[in-house]
Amino acid sequence: MKTENNFFKKLFAKNYRSRTISFLIIIVGYIAVEALMMSGNLSSMFQSLLVPVTCYIVAAIGLNLNVGVSGELNLGQAGFMCIGAFSGVCVSGALAPFISNGIVRLLLAIIVGAALAALFGMIIGIPVLKLQGDYLAIVTLAFGEIIKSLINNMYIGFDSEGFQFSFVENKLHLGPGGKALISGPMGATGTERISTFMIGVLLILAALFIVYNLMYSRSGRAIMACRDNRIAAESVGIHVANTKMLAFVVSASLAGAAGALYGLNYSTLVPSKFGFNLSILILVYVVLGGLGNMTGTIISTIVLVLLPELLRGLADYRMIIYAVILIITMILTNNDTFKGWIAKLKNSLSFKKQPKEAEAHE
Amino acid sequence: MAFLSYLINGLSLGSVYAIIALGYTMVYGIAKMLNFAHGDIMMVGAYVAFFALTSFGIPVIPSVLLSMLATTVLGVVIERLAYKPLRHATSLSVLITAIGVSYFLQNGAQLLWSSSTKVFPAIISNGSVKLFGGELQISYLTLVTIVVCIAVMVCLTLFINKTKTGMAMRACSEDKGAATLMGINVNMIISITFAIGSGIAAIAAVLLCATYPTLSPTLGSMPGIKAFTAAVFGGIGSIPGAFLGGLMLGVIEILAKAYVSTQLSDAIVFAVLIIVLLIKPTGLLGRKLSEKV
Amino acid sequence: MKFEKLLKGGLAALMAVSMAACSGGNSGTTETTTTTDGGETTTETTAGAGAFKLGGSGPLSGGAAVYGNAVKNAAELAVAEINAKGGAIQFELNMQDDEHDAEKAVNAYNALKDWGMQVSLCTVTSAPGAAVAPLYQEDQTFAITPSGSSLAVIFADADNQTGEYGNVFQMCFTDPNQGVASADYLSAHKDLGTKVAVIYKNDDNYSTGIYNKFVSEAKEKGLEIVYAGTFAGEDNDFNVQLTKAKEEGAEILFLPIYYQPASTILKQANDMDYKPVVFGVDGMDGILSMEGFDTSLAEGVYLLTPFSADASDDLTKNFVKNYQDKYGEIPNQFAADAYDAVYAIAQALEAAGCTNDMSNADICSALCKQFTSMTFNGLTGTDVTWNPKGEVSKAPKAVIIENGVYVGVED
Repeated sequence: MKTENNFFKKLFAKNYRSRTISFLIIIVGYIAVEALMMSGNLSSMFQSLLVPVTCYIVAAIGLNLNVGVSGELNLGQAGFMCIGAFSGVCVSGALAPFISNGIVRLLLAIIVGAALAALFGMIIGIPVLKLQGDYLAIVTLAFGEIIKSLINNMYIGFDSEGFQFSFVENKLHLGPGGKALISGPMGATGTERISTFMIGVLLILAALFIVYNLMYSRSGRAIMACRDNRIAAESVGIHVANTKMLAFVVSASLAGAAGALYGLNYSTLVPSKFGFNLSILILVYVVLGGLGNMTGTIISTIVLVLLPELLRGLADYRMIIYAVILIITMILTNNDTFKGWIAKLKNSLSFKKQPKEAEAHE
Repeated sequence: MAFLSYLINGLSLGSVYAIIALGYTMVYGIAKMLNFAHGDIMMVGAYVAFFALTSFGIPVIPSVLLSMLATTVLGVVIERLAYKPLRHATSLSVLITAIGVSYFLQNGAQLLWSSSTKVFPAIISNGSVKLFGGELQISYLTLVTIVVCIAVMVCLTLFINKTKTGMAMRACSEDKGAATLMGINVNMIISITFAIGSGIAAIAAVLLCATYPTLSPTLGSMPGIKAFTAAVFGGIGSIPGAFLGGLMLGVIEILAKAYVSTQLSDAIVFAVLIIVLLIKPTGLLGRKLSEKV
Repeated sequence: MKFEKLLKGGLAALMAVSMAACSGGNSGTTETTTTTDGGETTTETTAGAGAFKLGGSGPLSGGAAVYGNAVKNAAELAVAEINAKGGAIQFELNMQDDEHDAEKAVNAYNALKDWGMQVSLCTVTSAPGAAVAPLYQEDQTFAITPSGSSLAVIFADADNQTGEYGNVFQMCFTDPNQGVASADYLSAHKDLGTKVAVIYKNDDNYSTGIYNKFVSEAKEKGLEIVYAGTFAGEDNDFNVQLTKAKEEGAEILFLPIYYQPASTILKQANDMDYKPVVFGVDGMDGILSMEGFDTSLAEGVYLLTPFSADASDDLTKNFVKNYQDKYGEIPNQFAADAYDAVYAIAQALEAAGCTNDMSNADICSALCKQFTSMTFNGLTGTDVTWNPKGEVSKAPKAVIIENGVYVGVED
């Protein structure tokens, strides 16, 4: 009895509280959505948003590790999603004749997508992490655009003889029954849609598990030390390049996994989807949710993916209102009066619950 | 001869990038923020010039001035309403706000002026200088673009280095706290910077549209990203750097298209950028920042 | 710590706003959409209780918005006319924004499904169309796309042209058809020249589809392709491509692209004193009505198009006049295809005797039967028919631009 009590205490202890809350939000959310679906109360539109939301959450959690925890502005997250998405589509397409079970193929696709994205993350990370600040940001942007541009010129086909590959010009000569998996700028078409919401939720849980374990580990503290003061971190013997690389690669692989899930949710996929705008979109989720705050990332992603869809009723004014909400939110969250107001509200709430802790905050 | 003609095309395209990049780099140098809405301010300038020229039949030079006035006002208003409240916020919050402003301008333009493409009228007589017995043709427009770009760069450099306001700007970019102590109104200087940067964007808009005459609400986004790249390429915050970066980006883009592949030109531009930054981590003419311990 | 708190605070506020919006949207889905619809199509006569719910999506915002808005406007116009006639078939129209993006198109499809869509105009552009076509098949809702011309919109396996969806039809030509027709025309008129340069948009299904077919056809028909240049996205510098085409001595410049980049190409070619015979396809239509375009640049341009806004038949004249009165713009071929698609649906519904209380699947099978057996006369062609795969058969007309207007070319 006593140990159990301790266990719960530990779950909600100050250091681990946000982790527990993140997991709870996802699990409770999943159960709620499933319940709504079973009772037939979830509209088709919300159902169609479920998988993309999970993809964006996973990619955003990865980016938050990079931007929030490690402190490096990354503007190329969409590039890693692109790698994951197209490798995932290829894996699923090529294995389709051999493995009929969609879930197995989806999992394999996610693993391959994550692995390939991690590999590219490592290759790109070597030059990128030598730079700092805005220069690092622009190089990640450049790599994202290069990845998109390369996949835009890639032709991959599959027939009974095996894989075929060509670059810039479509030189595929597929035998009967062959299938072009990626046809350059036209991307992948006729993809079997095998992504499911449940796998998406499991992927989020896995992402949270990885990121939190990393954050609370020795390497995680090293990552944050490098972010807060590089020179001090170096002087206590932390290898800055390796430490930052760890965060970068984990972030890339999560984006790759998210990309694979995303790619297999639609019957068609074009490389131009994964441009600069998508990277920015994911960055908006992260910044609005709070740097280094995974719970915030989850909530802000859900809200911001839903928002344009909920504004559909406003027709022509939809995107302009979305823009205004974005600006106002940013201004309000940085406004001193508003800050004080929220802090007061929070203080009075927490005062009732835990008077001691409120004092400790002061 | 073909090479020379590509080179001149590249310089002309690069000149437009350079003028947009000047706006980016000035704002960054003084306000330390990436104004991602800069390309969209330029788009508004293009529409204003278009309507001045076609609907109101105003001659070219007054139209350009009118468009500059409009973007200047727009730039200052945006700065006051959206960026000033965030003066002490993290640079990321400002970045996201700038993206919000960019969405706002694009969608606002679509509501106001519809999404259908408009064609910018010819503003410079359609002729060309013929060299080497007509083998090499340089259109007047290309010449004007390059000359205007150089003129803007020279004026801006003189302004920054020779005037009192320019000195105040340099002081703000160096150390805002110290500048305030010396009696400089930092908020005013930042507004002036936005005004100048946005005003220059209108010149870029007119030159861009004179060469590539299609107008749409998304007109500014791609040149905006390219100009941002150019500014970083040359060393962000540096005015000659933005100029050099813009020109080089334009030339590399055109030569890559001509001699490697039209499909891969963007990838090549970005690859060159990465290589340059690896050799010179603060861009071509950027200052090396000393690390504080 | 403080920073985190205020961010959370801001989020809480945002959540509250969106929750309010959320619950509003959820509890009264049908209510909100009806008001939207009323707001969007104000001139539409209030359709009676027996109206069919006609849905569709297209890019109403973003870079491709010009196509989506053309389709939306023309569809509104057609629906208003049909409703005003007060016949047995009445429509209630709901066009959603898909931003030319597959993900958003799927969301839009589901929003329409929640609204109770019975018949659909599918999507305006190809890539989103390819994403929603399997959903239309699954749910057995009849769809005809005005302008999604890629094979991937009607076939699950576009490479082998197999696995047609069966209930997704096209009002426009498929891309390969245009490639064949262009090659046929040029080979029959070799006096124009035989050395061809092509500039096409390689991230566009439409443009690449026509180009690929044109290349394979041209070789067999004695045309020599001396240069093929590409561009992508919103590129607008074509000097390199044009210089190369000029160097290779191309007499014909084939532009299987839309009119906006084509207008820039014409201007830049003119600037460099390069004057080849320019040959376009249906995407070129609209070039003359661009606001501010110097039509002398397009003098002598050939194009293959099923629709021209300058045609003198009554149907076209009325359509152009009404469209211009209502929206202040000259309609392009997207608008014409959308107008025809609505009328084709109306004709088929009437012939099949459908009523709006029938299930989607019943309407769908009745319409599929009608579409594969009926002939349709509209703006974009006469005696138009469809095959069971969903492809349309109509004859593209070659026109040449003379003195700023289209003139039919006699064969």
